[in-house]
Amino acid sequence: MRNDTLSRIGTAVGLILILVWCLLPVAWIISLSFKSQEAVTNGSPGFFPSSGGGAGWQNYVDVVKDDQFRQAIFNSIGICLIATLLSVVIATLTAYAVARLEFKGKKFVLTTALVIAMFPVVSLVGPLFDMWRTLGIYDTWIGLIIPYMSFTLPLAIWTLSAFFREIPWEMEQAAQVDGATAWQAFRRVIVPLAAPGVFTAAILTFFFAWNDFVFGISLTSTERARPIPAALSFFVGDDPFNRPASLLAAGAVVATVPIVLLVLFFQRKIVAGLTAGAVKG
Amino acid sequence: MAAIEMKNIVKKYGDGYPAVNDVSIDVADGEFVILVGPSGCGKSTLLRMIVGLEDITSGDMLIDGERVNDLAPRDRNLSMVFQNYALYPHLTVYENIAFPLRLAKLDSKEIDEKVREASRTLDLDEHLDRKPANLSGGQRQRVAMGRAIVRDAKAFLFDEPLSNLDAKLRGQMRTEISRLQKRLGITTVYVTHDQTEAMTLGDRVAVMKKGVLQQLASPRELYEQPANLFVAGFIGSPPMNFLPATVEGDQITLPFGTFPLPADKAERTAGKGLLMAGIRPEHFEDAAVQADVDEARTFDAHIDVREWLGDQQYAYVPYDAEPEVQDQLRELAREADSDSLRTQLVVSLDSASQVREDDEAKLSIDTDKIHIFDPSTGENLTVGL
Amino acid sequence: MTTTAETATKPRREARTSDKSRAENRLAIKLVAPAIALMLLVTAFPMLRALYLSMFDYTLTAPDDRTFVGFQNYLTALSDQLFWRDTANTVFIMVVTVFFELVIGFAFAMVMHKLIFARGLVRTSILIPYGIITVVSGFAWQFAFSNTNGFVNSWIPFMNPDFNWFGDYWSAMAAIMVSEIWKTTPFMALLLLAGLAQVPEDMLEAAKVDGATWWQRLWRVILPNMRAAIMVAVLFRALDAYRIFDNIFVMTNGAQGTESISFLTYRQVIEQFQLGIGSALSVLLFLSVLVVAFGIVKLFRVDLSAARQG
Repeated sequence: MRNDTLSRIGTAVGLILILVWCLLPVAWIISLSFKSQEAVTNGSPGFFPSSGGGAGWQNYVDVVKDDQFRQAIFNSIGICLIATLLSVVIATLTAYAVARLEFKGKKFVLTTALVIAMFPVVSLVGPLFDMWRTLGIYDTWIGLIIPYMSFTLPLAIWTLSAFFREIPWEMEQAAQVDGATAWQAFRRVIVPLAAPGVFTAAILTFFFAWNDFVFGISLTSTERARPIPAALSFFVGDDPFNRPASLLAAGAVVATVPIVLLVLFFQRKIVAGLTAGAVKG
Repeated sequence: MAAIEMKNIVKKYGDGYPAVNDVSIDVADGEFVILVGPSGCGKSTLLRMIVGLEDITSGDMLIDGERVNDLAPRDRNLSMVFQNYALYPHLTVYENIAFPLRLAKLDSKEIDEKVREASRTLDLDEHLDRKPANLSGGQRQRVAMGRAIVRDAKAFLFDEPLSNLDAKLRGQMRTEISRLQKRLGITTVYVTHDQTEAMTLGDRVAVMKKGVLQQLASPRELYEQPANLFVAGFIGSPPMNFLPATVEGDQITLPFGTFPLPADKAERTAGKGLLMAGIRPEHFEDAAVQADVDEARTFDAHIDVREWLGDQQYAYVPYDAEPEVQDQLRELAREADSDSLRTQLVVSLDSASQVREDDEAKLSIDTDKIHIFDPSTGENLTVGL
Repeated sequence: MTTTAETATKPRREARTSDKSRAENRLAIKLVAPAIALMLLVTAFPMLRALYLSMFDYTLTAPDDRTFVGFQNYLTALSDQLFWRDTANTVFIMVVTVFFELVIGFAFAMVMHKLIFARGLVRTSILIPYGIITVVSGFAWQFAFSNTNGFVNSWIPFMNPDFNWFGDYWSAMAAIMVSEIWKTTPFMALLLLAGLAQVPEDMLEAAKVDGATWWQRLWRVILPNMRAAIMVAVLFRALDAYRIFDNIFVMTNGAQGTESISFLTYRQVIEQFQLGIGSALSVLLFLSVLVVAFGIVKLFRVDLSAARQG
């Protein structure tokens, strides 16, 4: 019995540690975003805004009013949504083939996906930079959508094929015996069953694209296509020697909001997707 | 409703291995036929060829006299109950049952009537709005059957439908399937590896081994007149005892002694060297509980283990056998999917018997019921006697 | 499902492959073609292009002066002390961060596995660092370590409040690694949690009955049974860490010699337009990732087929 209480206390302490680990830096950046810009320039150490050093919502107002920032958010949302949509459609086809069909070259597909997942992205930046300039898609949405799609495909393919594999074979066959054509079986049985998987893959793909930094800074040169992480890193304000920390923090919070919302709503699906196939294929 | 004819059906895989080899079975209209055999015997493949989920390498599959080899499953109008039921998890019980009707584009009033009728038959009325995930194993089984009976299919096909249920439920569902089939009078082909299911359900039973049909007969005939060693060993529980035997004149020599053999059996087997005798456990008895005992047909045995079951009891009598006989017995056990047992006799005794473990007992043997097999071909030499 | 039934289902699949194999093949090729084309377009093709460009002295500022130099760019890179310093930095970061992520991640996974209440809360929280943009994480920690606006100095006892974390190699590296570890440990914890869930509860109970202490159960039952999950997590995280770029870019911009190999490559190509030598570095980076991957697979005998195979 004593052992039991001990382990319960241990678990509770661990729980608190995990929460502190995950949330403290988030709380910090939120707190920072409420420090006034003067306070930051003059130095304002400490976790919370010092008395008189608070800025209220001013930093957020400034960020949202900033054209560069608004454009970057718009770019990010647009590019990531398009890349996600296309990537998931292509990955669904591939994952269905990988999970359900026997064909020569299946190994090749899986190996390619694995290699790409491990690929050092930066080593592509040079040649892509060169190629994109030649093709005239440097510093455009499409110039980012293409690499985002390619690099999110492996994750989407794994997640989806794990889902497809869980749909029993018999389900399709039963539909056929019940009088369905191949298309009806796919449409009325497989699609509704795979929908949660497709959705999960979409969320993970969106995460990945939203998170990208390397392509974002290398394949763009103006605010025309620059996504939010790259924009944040270039966001130096009036004084290039003293970064406007609190303003940046406010921008960072705004850029993080979509991700946090996704996490809040779809926590269960994301965990399932991340770990699907990670333990046992 | 229809008859199903299988003519010289062969199924070969890419590596040339015949999973089903030259099987011909005629299923009459309204008949209940069981395909039974150990795993890998091709019974499921055969069933899936009937329904169209598996291509036929050669041979003809006729339903209602029409060759269906090249028809897609949906054009064969058969209904099937899968081993894992294959219920659609995103649909309610009602919609699961209605699924084939919706595909056939019936109007909703007609669908409703038919679904309600099926659900009444299967006692599913109170579950119609639930999803399959919330049902018990037996209820899922009934939904799967509901989906099968709801449309006017030409035949029912069952692929090991009870193997996922616990023993008690399996017994209940077995009776239910039997009752349903009798009432609807619909042609049924049923695959199982369980010989009890095969014996209790089928009008006729087809025993298969390694893709080859071993015997197609009524359950009683299978039990009493097995065509070969495999069928004899596969049907019956506990299984038939196999003993090395030689027949000289009208005397049969078994590891326990020499006993008189009926003349007709002796005539077919005398002087053929080492043979294999098959005797079912119930054809032994404790001589002490029998009224008149033919002393010539008794022997003394050392009882190793005794299992008392109330209405009867089993006793185990170990014996020695030559290595080649042991090998053959092991091979037989392996083919029938059972564990390789030691060379021992299983005898079923009257519950009144007072034999004790680790003690000597006098047992009688009913040599009238003995089967004698050719050990090289496995053929039953005494069939029909 | 009974064992016999399981074995019985096997030949069915084979049957499909042989019968309809040709039609299936054709359909499958059609289905996977777009994905393969896309993945190769963005990796294999540029990689070949990099291989080609790396043989030239080629600067974007003077595109007409392109001259073939053979392996000269590789010699230049490999004989440059900068290349080896940055590789050493990268390996150092990889080893340290993966080690801490593994230990802390495992502890987190154990806690989450034991947790009966607040599961949703913990899982949601643990996904936040994973979901946060690396650049934002970099900023958050950079400001946290800052001696003018941060809180870290004031929270560590006996710490000089004016200590400049980014003024010295070791402390700057520490700050970078903290950001990296903070962001990726939750992901590690989730992978390990999934592995932990695969260790059968009755096996642990059997070990308890056999008299194993908590520590013995951990080392002799839990960890051996999680080997595959751990190795896969380590492999993926190590390769990810080897590509470290975002945090360094944001937090130090390579100052105090904290450059990683990815950062060096980026700088050559994008900031200095040295496409020739930059391409040589790209190829070297790619090769070194292969070496690291191969090394980990060999060293820890990672069974990739038990991993995220498709």
